[in-house]
Amino acid sequence: MQTFDYVAAQTVDEAVSLLASKGDQARVLAGGTDLIVQLREGRRQLETVVDVKKIPEANVLSYDAQNGLHLGAAVPCHRIYNDPVISKTYPGLMDAFTLIGGIQIQGRASVGGNLCNSSPAADSTPTLIAHRTMCVIAGPSGQREVAAEQFCTAPGRNVLENGEFLLSLRVPAPPKNFGAHYLRFIPRNEMDIAVVGVGSSLVLGDDNSTVTDARISLGAVAPTPLLAVEAAAALVGKPISDDTIAAAASAAAGIARPIDDMRGTIQQRIHLTGVLTRRTLQGALSRARGES
Amino acid sequence: MATRIHVQTTLNGEAVEFLCDSRQSLLEVLRDDLGFTGTKEGCSNGNCGACSLQVDGVLVDSCLVLAAEVDGQAVNTIEGLASPAQLHPLQQKFLEHAALQCGICTPGFIMAAKALLEKNPKPTEHEVRYWLAGNLCRCTGYDKIVRAVLDAAETMEASA
Amino acid sequence: MAEATAYQVIGTRPVRPDGADKVTGRAIYGADVRMAGMLHGKVLRSPHAHARIKSIDTSKAEALPGVKAVVTHKDLPEAPDKIANLGEGAVNLKFLSNNVLAQEKALYRGHAIAAVAAVNVHVAEEAVNLIEVEYDILPSVLTAPEAMEDGAPILHDGMTTTSLGEKTDRESNVASHYRFTLGDVAEGFKQADLIIEREFDTATVHQGYIEPHNATAMWNEEGHVTIWTSTQGAFVVQKQSSEVLGIPVSQVSVIPAEIGGGFGGKIPVYLEPVAALLSRKTGQAVKLVMSRTEEFESTGPTPGSRLNVKMGATKDGRVVAAEASLAFEAGAFPGSPVGPGGMCIFSPYSFPNMQVDGYDVVVNKPKTTAYRAPGATNAAFASETIMDEFAEQLGIDPLQLRVMNGAKEGDRRVDGPTHPRIGFLETVHAALEHEHYNTPLEGPNRGRGVASGFWFNVGLQSSVVINVNSDGTVSLVEGSTDIGGTRASIAMQAAEVLGIPYESVRPTVAGTDGVGYTDVTGGSRTTFATGYAAYEAANDVVRQMKERLAERWNAETEEGATALTAEDVTYSGGVFGCSKDAGKSVSFQEMAELMPRTGGPISGRATVQPRGVGGAFATHIVDVEVDPDTGKVSILRYTAVQDVGKAIHPSYVEGQIQGGVTQGVGWALNEAYLYREDGNMSNASFLDYRMPTCLDLPMIDTVLVEVPNPGHPFGVRGVGEVPIVPPPAAVANAIYRATGQRMTDLPMSPGYVLDKMQS
Ligand code: FES
Ligand code: FES
Repeated sequence: MQTFDYVAAQTVDEAVSLLASKGDQARVLAGGTDLIVQLREGRRQLETVVDVKKIPEANVLSYDAQNGLHLGAAVPCHRIYNDPVISKTYPGLMDAFTLIGGIQIQGRASVGGNLCNSSPAADSTPTLIAHRTMCVIAGPSGQREVAAEQFCTAPGRNVLENGEFLLSLRVPAPPKNFGAHYLRFIPRNEMDIAVVGVGSSLVLGDDNSTVTDARISLGAVAPTPLLAVEAAAALVGKPISDDTIAAAASAAAGIARPIDDMRGTIQQRIHLTGVLTRRTLQGALSRARGES
Repeated sequence: MATRIHVQTTLNGEAVEFLCDSRQSLLEVLRDDLGFTGTKEGCSNGNCGACSLQVDGVLVDSCLVLAAEVDGQAVNTIEGLASPAQLHPLQQKFLEHAALQCGICTPGFIMAAKALLEKNPKPTEHEVRYWLAGNLCRCTGYDKIVRAVLDAAETMEASA
Repeated sequence: MAEATAYQVIGTRPVRPDGADKVTGRAIYGADVRMAGMLHGKVLRSPHAHARIKSIDTSKAEALPGVKAVVTHKDLPEAPDKIANLGEGAVNLKFLSNNVLAQEKALYRGHAIAAVAAVNVHVAEEAVNLIEVEYDILPSVLTAPEAMEDGAPILHDGMTTTSLGEKTDRESNVASHYRFTLGDVAEGFKQADLIIEREFDTATVHQGYIEPHNATAMWNEEGHVTIWTSTQGAFVVQKQSSEVLGIPVSQVSVIPAEIGGGFGGKIPVYLEPVAALLSRKTGQAVKLVMSRTEEFESTGPTPGSRLNVKMGATKDGRVVAAEASLAFEAGAFPGSPVGPGGMCIFSPYSFPNMQVDGYDVVVNKPKTTAYRAPGATNAAFASETIMDEFAEQLGIDPLQLRVMNGAKEGDRRVDGPTHPRIGFLETVHAALEHEHYNTPLEGPNRGRGVASGFWFNVGLQSSVVINVNSDGTVSLVEGSTDIGGTRASIAMQAAEVLGIPYESVRPTVAGTDGVGYTDVTGGSRTTFATGYAAYEAANDVVRQMKERLAERWNAETEEGATALTAEDVTYSGGVFGCSKDAGKSVSFQEMAELMPRTGGPISGRATVQPRGVGGAFATHIVDVEVDPDTGKVSILRYTAVQDVGKAIHPSYVEGQIQGGVTQGVGWALNEAYLYREDGNMSNASFLDYRMPTCLDLPMIDTVLVEVPNPGHPFGVRGVGEVPIVPPPAAVANAIYRATGQRMTDLPMSPGYVLDKMQS
């Protein structure tokens, strides 16, 4: 590994000014489970690594029914799912946070880091998108917010500009009759990168059947995680049924534009997109109805 | 070369200070500089769990922690598990169940299982398998490891 | 079957002697070795699958502060182009040397080109990146069928095929071709009512031991080299290193550290001679440890293969002819286990007509090496799938079909030997009677498969010394590195003979300076052969004690009485007596105390090369569920039945079986070397080379059938290898029952299974 300067920033301003002065020669370290591997394998070379774990705002973890979840970008997965209120309120987020790597990885890896690594196959991104998450970005000219589905721009790339870093995430409180579910397909049962991942959410009307809102997001089938608007359109305004779910699944499969690689083929990924969309919608539905 | 970083930590309950390079992992400093070779290296990539230990009580892969990050934190390794007169129940049960063959994965498994039992003293077989999925063992087929952990949990419950 | 003997120690489950050190992190594995002033090394490896090396410029690396030495193939002596037996079968010395450090050509991605010693690994790594190598990139070839084609890129200029023992003048990637024949297959097929012929392909897989290769060497001022390493055989490292370095074996001492898994992969030398060269140049100890990527790209996996198998059966289920053509990838240098594959493929059965052709084919992949029953798993995948098709098409229970065709004592194998007393049919009967087999498997998308397997096991050479301590305990010195509890299984055999508690035997694994020649821990030979040596050495102790007691008692008796000889001294239950005088009795411990007064210390010793190797058979039952939407296979239940001869330490026997099954399941479902167009491996990490985690498996039931091996005093058969043989076929047969689709490729990954289901 090349040598670099390690700085544990204490404040947002300190981090911003370091990042601004070093440009692409600096990078933020939270859990390090991606960054340290990239440095070790020589896939990334840096002058400065800015550890943001000591910055209080990057470590917030709070929930209330008004404001929803405020999640510091450096908070590791295990802290989130070990919070009884948060894990009960957002089972559709926990689906993803409990399967990033193994327990050891979850002891370090942060959701913010997963997003910033901007892999098309990141497990947390589709479910964040399905939950209408907003990303709070700190930078030289203060803070700005970007919707999760707009955060990634290409494999390994995102909207962060020079001097900016992801400070926290805001996830709205789940409305009444809300259900969400994330599933990925992997060849083993753990410790794999998603061949395809799908996060879905539904809001049902008072009849417990009519879909008033739906969000479906697809991972590993395009250069960035996709928000499958066409798939949601197949559901909204209609009573939920196997048919509407099937229509949404085929709409999702229709917009998937994956690549062939060692983890899966184009054909397999398109097929799995349909399968996982159907399964996640069924899971989201039973959660929306309070059945699970 | 960047200047060496001064780190103050608690290692298995003892105050320890060291100087390290920014690029050194906690695993590397423990093994190569401090002589704590009980924590093993299988991949240096976060994929095998051989380097598992606890930092402030949290189970992590020490190959994915920079040594500089543990300043002010408490590190617990396999070397700190047994008391002078007695093995930890997990260690004892691993021996009784023949849960190790080559033994290279064993420190990592024991540290992971310890963290599990602290959080969930009465795990089911599935919970044990789920928790230990970040630890690879190529020798045992996991059967005897899972049994050893379940048995240790029972023993620890009974004596708690 | 002989009546079961009542043993005191054998068959119990004591804690292993090295256990406490291994659960506390205290045990010293190869990478844990530390020495004063030790330098760290790193190897530069070829980024190309096939390239001529035009030049290597090490000057920038040498100039980097902290770098102490750089070596290339030029630092090795010219190796003769000759075959030598170096303890793991025949090895061409030139090939061995060229694999350690490439000479003219890089023959696979990851081939070692140069190495650096520096003050720490990071500096060594930086220096490696400063070495400038000019390559002429050549076209590469990655699979046996492609490498056998006319016009395929040739790896070794001037290499010609040896066919049926004769040199041909055909320049080719086929290093050799052999044929085994028994009976007349053409005649046999004429009698068949049903003939099935299929082509199978299996991917390259790795042993996947968790501990990477390592070596620390010190070349001292007197020219003596000491090597600390994690190896399956210290004497093999000694021999191979001395040949590669061009120095006598007497100048090389090898001290085996604890070893974190091998499965056949830690027999060849990779780092040891390089560490030695770097130490000679620097005058300091040098340690080298591989990364996981290097493990996949630069050590020996087990071959991918193309298998064409044709078998014929009569309507009533008698298999009358079986024919196989096996093409195995040797990797960059000749020497795949295609021979063992051919020896094993049909050997659970007594088919009257058999023929096997085997081809050893070089390709641009790392030189393959042994992996647990090398060759047999590939082969059984093909033959056991066809056995299952016979059962299905003829309407016969698949285990009954095996009973009808199963090999017994006296039956010939296709490669010549006649089976001694074996327990194949006993494993099939035990499976037939097992509750698992008799419980219906319910639910959609589920299937149950069975398969059997054979591995011949080996004996080779072992040495043991037992020194008696004055308190009646003994220390036992042996040379088999302990990969899975063999200190215990060897000590137990000595304790049984000596009539003392297991705890009274302290076993130590010694290096090349501390014990007589001992072959590798491999071939399932350690508990058999080193255990045999322990048995003999313990008997040597007893014999010496009897002689001393006879003499001592003679001195006590009155004049005129007939003198006692050692034959008159009895020994049982830890007590010496006299067949001529019931009043005499001396315990082992008392005798130990008497040593200084009866002639001094007692050491028992034995060196063995046992011939009575007992082959091992296994029959497995597996239940799977296949996700019809994704093709993903889940293992619901697994039962492995095996003839183990005599289980010395049943827990470690079960453990061998469970571990073998798990590796076999990994091989069946997901493990594979995946390659990009340019011949580079794309999944050289534990993330994407998918070995089973504990969430991927259920508990693995084992049934230990004990048909004693007449060639071992306690009936021991090797147990470690055969359990990996049946799983891929058993899983394939289970998938068939679940989906109606025959699997012909390994791995049966979700995408592959899904394709089959949708085809
Ligand atoms: S060495 Fe850290 S996870 Fe493998
Ligand atoms: S005992 Fe060898 S890897 Fe687990």
